Amino acid sequence: MDLVAVLGLEILNGIASLVLISVGLAIIFGMMRVINLAHGEFLMLGGYAAIIATSHGVNIWISMLVVAPIVVGLIGIVAERLIIRVLYGRMIDTLLATWGLSLFFIGLVTTIFGNSVAGIGAPLGSVAVGRYSISLYRLFLVGVAAAMVVAIYAVLRGTRAGLLARATMENPNMAAALGVSPPRVYATTFGVGAALTGLAGGVLAPISGVLPTVGAAYVAKAFITVISGGTAIVAGTATAAGLFGTVSQLVTYLTTPVIGEAGLLVAAILLLRVLPHGITGRIFRGSL
Amino acid sequence: MSPGIVVTAILMIGVAVGTPLVVDQFELLQLTVFASMCILALSLGVVWGYGGILCFGQSAFFGLGGYTYAVTAVNRGESTLAIGLGIVVPALFAALLGYFMFYGRLSDVYLGVITLSVTLIFFNLVNSTAGDAYRIGSARLNGFNGMPSLPTFNVPGDPGRLLDPTETFYLVMALLLIVYGGLHLLLASHFGRVVVAVRENETRCELLGYDVRQVKLSIFTIGGGIAGLAGCLFANWGAFVSPTMFSLSMTSQIIIWVIVGGLGTLVGPIIGCLIMQYLATALGTQQLANTNLIFGVIFLAFVLLVPRGIVPSLGVLRARWLRARSSRPAA
Repeated sequence: MDLVAVLGLEILNGIASLVLISVGLAIIFGMMRVINLAHGEFLMLGGYAAIIATSHGVNIWISMLVVAPIVVGLIGIVAERLIIRVLYGRMIDTLLATWGLSLFFIGLVTTIFGNSVAGIGAPLGSVAVGRYSISLYRLFLVGVAAAMVVAIYAVLRGTRAGLLARATMENPNMAAALGVSPPRVYATTFGVGAALTGLAGGVLAPISGVLPTVGAAYVAKAFITVISGGTAIVAGTATAAGLFGTVSQLVTYLTTPVIGEAGLLVAAILLLRVLPHGITGRIFRGSL
Repeated sequence: MSPGIVVTAILMIGVAVGTPLVVDQFELLQLTVFASMCILALSLGVVWGYGGILCFGQSAFFGLGGYTYAVTAVNRGESTLAIGLGIVVPALFAALLGYFMFYGRLSDVYLGVITLSVTLIFFNLVNSTAGDAYRIGSARLNGFNGMPSLPTFNVPGDPGRLLDPTETFYLVMALLLIVYGGLHLLLASHFGRVVVAVRENETRCELLGYDVRQVKLSIFTIGGGIAGLAGCLFANWGAFVSPTMFSLSMTSQIIIWVIVGGLGTLVGPIIGCLIMQYLATALGTQQLANTNLIFGVIFLAFVLLVPRGIVPSLGVLRARWLRARSSRPAA
């Protein structure tokens, strides 16, 4: 019984971390169709922002939940202004340019902080479930992931800003004709996506630690999740994360974490062979 | 064959024959690895530049070739079969992966992401193979530490007779020449023209009755095999393979070579590879700036400012110059 509870929690954790690493990408890639290969480095920068702020005496919660998103959001806006903006509509060029950007960030962070793991202790203690002990911080991560999904859904569906963003992505010319400034909407949306990524990087930092090349571990999983999710970014990313999180945690439980990751990839390739337009290309069509 | 190709080929032969006479052993070894990398650059040059398939997985095939060579050579104690398998295994893997991608009709972007994740997974998998449990025959995979002191190339049929550095250089240059010439022949053939046609307009080719999926799968498989060959040469060069062959920085290097040299040419990736290899070696010996940092900036600069790469841009400049000269009134 305890084992079932712990395994269930492990699966929930797997899903939550997939959601965390992919929500920002769901906005930047899923909605804006900008292939941001520097996504992993945005997560890495969020982690560094949180750790550095904490080590300079900022409260750990503030540095994870406030400093990290603001720093990465600003970096995102600058990157959008300088690089991404020139390349809208040129997908392959965007992909290459953001790949260059990712190398640049890796190099920059390595130069400044050195090629070593930095970390902060996870706050909150642990709680005992039968013979097992469970970290409360991991439960907090599940909460953050759920809150992010709900918040994105609420903003896109319920607010004027969300409506403008969706309209601009759907048809920028029509939106411009109705008095919206598409460049500004693009910049804001990209900034929000980057900020969410920074937040995710910040809250993940205590459990995974950060080093300059940590982004590589995230970027492929994030893309797989968003792509397999399909056109409906919120529902798609959530269901894909649910599916892949379950698969990889179960395989991990039965074998090793590395084989668990391979299982995730195999599941994704098989899924895309059957549903080339992702999960929401077939089911939950028309949802958000 | 156009004059450019013949000139390049003659130049390569000249370098192959002349170099060992003028440089010392260290430089010769350096040039051997540069030439092996040129073969790797060609593999992406043909898959991406002519097939239009942006593959981030070229380093996966490269690493797979290297590891296949290593495992076979350790088990058999000689290199001929190992080289053969080192080409065939990555090609088969490329065919399998390509089947899922092309027959699933995934678009460019998804291809990039899937190949990227395959590379990462390989990197993680091979990294985790430390310990005695992970052995194939008598070959221990050794995880992160890689497999040292591999048997190097021998004369086929005579395991005791190993190639010395000069002979290895000749062999690698000959292989580079064969791959370069062979790819040009392939691209000049009917199949090659269909490959380029598919890159230009997939729907039109389909309507003309070509099986686009099969064409893409074929060129992808060929590219995988060539990358595997480069992996064998690399494994032989250092008598060593390690998981870094699968790494992301390896992949990004291959892409930078092709971008810098130029898409849609075969000499471009070779030139890009030589320039960037030279630069990487030069950067590696100084501590001023991080190599990733500089590569990232070069990458961004080329995508934003010279998107065609060096060789095609030179071609455009030359055409402009010729036009300017011919429009001048004859004196």
